[in-house]
Amino acid sequence: MKLNNTKRKNLLTYAVVTVCYAVFQMLSLGGNLSSTLKGMLVPICAYVVMAISLNLTVGVLGELSLGHAGFMSVGAFMGVTAAISLQNVIVSAPLRLAIALIVGAVFAGIVGFLVGIPVLRLNGDYLAIVTLAFGEIIKSVFNNLYLGLDSRGFRLSLLEDRTNLHEDGRLIIAGPMGIGGIEKIASFTAGFVLILICLAVIFHLVNSRHGRAIMAIRDNRIAAESVGLPVTRYKMMAFVTSAAMAGAAGALFALNYSTVVANKFDFNTSILVLVFVVFGGLGNMLGSIIAAATLTILPEALRGFSNYRMLIYAIVLVLVMLASNNEQLRSMLSRIIPKRKEHTHDA
Amino acid sequence: MPKEFKRDRLVQVPGTALLPERDVERSPILECRHLGIDFGGLRALDDLDITIGRTEIAGLIGPNGAGKTTVFNLLTKVYNPTRGSVLLDGMDTAGKTTAQVNQMGIARTFQNIRLFHNQSVIDNVLIGLHNEMSYGMFASILRLPSFWRAERIARGRAMELLSIFGLEVHADELAGSLPYGAQRRLEIVRALATNPALLLLDEPAAGMNPSETVELMENIVKIRDTFQIAILLIEHDMNLVMGICEGIAVLNFGKVIAKGSPEDIRANPAVIEAYLGRKGAAQT
Amino acid sequence: MSFLNYLISGISLGSIYAIIALGYTMVYGIAKMLNFAHGDVIMVGAYVCFFAAAKYNLPPAIGILAAVLVCTTLGIVIEKLAYKPLRQATSLAVLITAIGVSYFLQNAALLLWSSSPKVFPNFFAQQTVNEAGKKIKITGFQLFGGQLRISYVTLVTIAACLVIMAALLLFINHTKLGKAMRACSEDKGAAQLMGINVDATISLTFAIGSGLAAVAGVLLCSAYPTLVPTTGSMPGIKAFTAAVFGGIGSIPGALLGGLLLGVIEIMAKAYISTQMSDAVVFLVLIVVLLVKPAGLLGKKVREKV
Repeated sequence: MKLNNTKRKNLLTYAVVTVCYAVFQMLSLGGNLSSTLKGMLVPICAYVVMAISLNLTVGVLGELSLGHAGFMSVGAFMGVTAAISLQNVIVSAPLRLAIALIVGAVFAGIVGFLVGIPVLRLNGDYLAIVTLAFGEIIKSVFNNLYLGLDSRGFRLSLLEDRTNLHEDGRLIIAGPMGIGGIEKIASFTAGFVLILICLAVIFHLVNSRHGRAIMAIRDNRIAAESVGLPVTRYKMMAFVTSAAMAGAAGALFALNYSTVVANKFDFNTSILVLVFVVFGGLGNMLGSIIAAATLTILPEALRGFSNYRMLIYAIVLVLVMLASNNEQLRSMLSRIIPKRKEHTHDA
Repeated sequence: MPKEFKRDRLVQVPGTALLPERDVERSPILECRHLGIDFGGLRALDDLDITIGRTEIAGLIGPNGAGKTTVFNLLTKVYNPTRGSVLLDGMDTAGKTTAQVNQMGIARTFQNIRLFHNQSVIDNVLIGLHNEMSYGMFASILRLPSFWRAERIARGRAMELLSIFGLEVHADELAGSLPYGAQRRLEIVRALATNPALLLLDEPAAGMNPSETVELMENIVKIRDTFQIAILLIEHDMNLVMGICEGIAVLNFGKVIAKGSPEDIRANPAVIEAYLGRKGAAQT
Repeated sequence: MSFLNYLISGISLGSIYAIIALGYTMVYGIAKMLNFAHGDVIMVGAYVCFFAAAKYNLPPAIGILAAVLVCTTLGIVIEKLAYKPLRQATSLAVLITAIGVSYFLQNAALLLWSSSPKVFPNFFAQQTVNEAGKKIKITGFQLFGGQLRISYVTLVTIAACLVIMAALLLFINHTKLGKAMRACSEDKGAAQLMGINVDATISLTFAIGSGLAAVAGVLLCSAYPTLVPTTGSMPGIKAFTAAVFGGIGSIPGALLGGLLLGVIEIMAKAYISTQMSDAVVFLVLIVVLLVKPAGLLGKKVREKV
């Protein structure tokens, strides 16, 4: 039965994530993990969240977004700002991290909403190009944003530092220099919890009247309107949820490094995450997770090939796309792996 | 063997409208007044006046390209009319969106079937039942009791609706894998799920064999009787139209050329001309 | 007068964008794909010309010709190897493949020619001797007592853009091959039934687009002479934006979009902020698409219900 298949797949996804976490956590605690790989655990979690959140937009909603890194950027800067501002207020690092992730998600969600108002009125490639444009605009804004905190509160200025902070103040965001001196409070466990929460939100949303509406709009917009679905509202729901998750991922990512700059979240990052989604399969969350983890580790694993690694990466990318869209190869595969027949009897 | 369906006589009511006898006491569900639309310079539809009673089964016929589907697209706001107005239950639909018009009570099917092919049959109906459920986004994310309750009721309702056409056994199959006739029936079920007051059917019998068509006719009458709604259908199958429709409007080149009961339409010279061409006239 | 200066350099930059945008718009029109590797073909063209002129001391004309030849071939090869097998695939699969090709070109360039910037020679300068007897290069001329400065590169760029545009419009509208291209972009199946060789027509489109990219690469690097493997990326994205701006698929739209984008960018740099000029450009794009969702000269297609 279809529903049970979905349920089984969802449970499998949770299980794979949990087992991977347990294995890597044990390896890490046992000191059996190379320092490079250990340092990559949190970024992998962040990219996994980026991938599943973008899959909500591209796979479930069916709209191509080329600016997902923009939301990651908003989450990173706002989340880190929150963490720094609360440094002396909240002593517990995990609590501060949780608040930073929430702040990142909320701000990214708000930006997602504002971006969504114009973006979701467009279709297809035009929508894609406008998300690209917004991604670049967000990057430009953070590259020119100065945000300081002193006894008077937050001081904001654009283009040049006119915050005129008091002596007790601290310039948090310093334009193209980004944010420096970040206390690295992100942890693998937090990343794991964030992945689980995002998965639960997506799975629960998809298997509800809201998710059905979103997928109906993707499959046939005119039919969806004809049965009374407010198209813009549901597109917005998926888009904002996706943006908020990317924001949380951004905050997690940034709090794993001592500095963060806006150029880290550029067009290439958006594309990188899109590659995870396409490789993993549209609408397939487990696929996104595996693709994100593998393709984040792969360039590191290829480090031995030094200069050739990105070339190999590019060739792999093209070859996988060619192979996965090859009719002969597909029919061969489907003969080897017979498709599971769908039973109509309710279990 | 054509089956006889019980049909009411059409009665003239003040304001030049024709309604079935039983609906005369109540205000009509749909009134189009001077409805028209232009595409570029082309008058696709002009000066359409139709009135449909609360429980009427009405037909819209005409040669290909006469503008029948355009009427449906205007009623459901897929297109915005250039002229005239549409009153649904006395309320003007001007400025409303397709989705809002559906919530006001118009549901439709499509000539070229528009199901959600990659979703299961029951999901298609559940999508139709969307606005019958009211739980919010947080209820679904947190799986609150309100979510489970609404979903359980909706599933029961969906199966009930599917059983009208005997589709409940296919509930978990993909909609796209159903045979053509079943897809047409599923579209009607999906439209019914939105709890309409007026159901628009665009060529419901297209691609069906005669025995399937008779079954469809029975089902259309059954739907009207069970749900007490009005049905407006576009159809080329004259047995179906003449067999179940009470009022019929004939459209040609975007204009209504005749209105009346099946008997009136059958005898109308303008209709015969529209369908068969001018008798014996070899036009130069 | 400074406004006029800015306007001229805006038109010059816009002309380059327009030539690149032509490649995007033609390929989009016929293959319905966003060819993200187009920007990197520009870079390859610039490198070929650089090596021909600076390393082997060939005359500039030969250098440009070599760049055009190499890029045309490259365009055809990319289409045959990477895009043709995906003709039936989803647009997303094609997009990712194009991105893969883009990465490939950038990284191949990195390996072949290293990341250290090359200084592109100025082909459009006159060698003269000044009063002191020193050899100098004159890169342009001045009008109104030095208030208005126009470089030769600017003139050549604008002229090249106009010539290319006129030639292309003549080709598309008045030749048999052009008609085949228009037919393919409207309906490939029907075109095939009419005896048009669709594969050859698509190859031709890629060839023309890539040849134009080579010209654009040379002009771009003549105006902004730093050449690195990622030189093509940003102009590529901007030109793509220009194509969408003007209405993707429309050739006059690419010209209009390119020119407007160039002028807006230079004006934003001059009067608003240097760092935020890209943001201004993209903001204008968004506003335009909201008012005209298919771009300035694009046609809106209505879905049949």
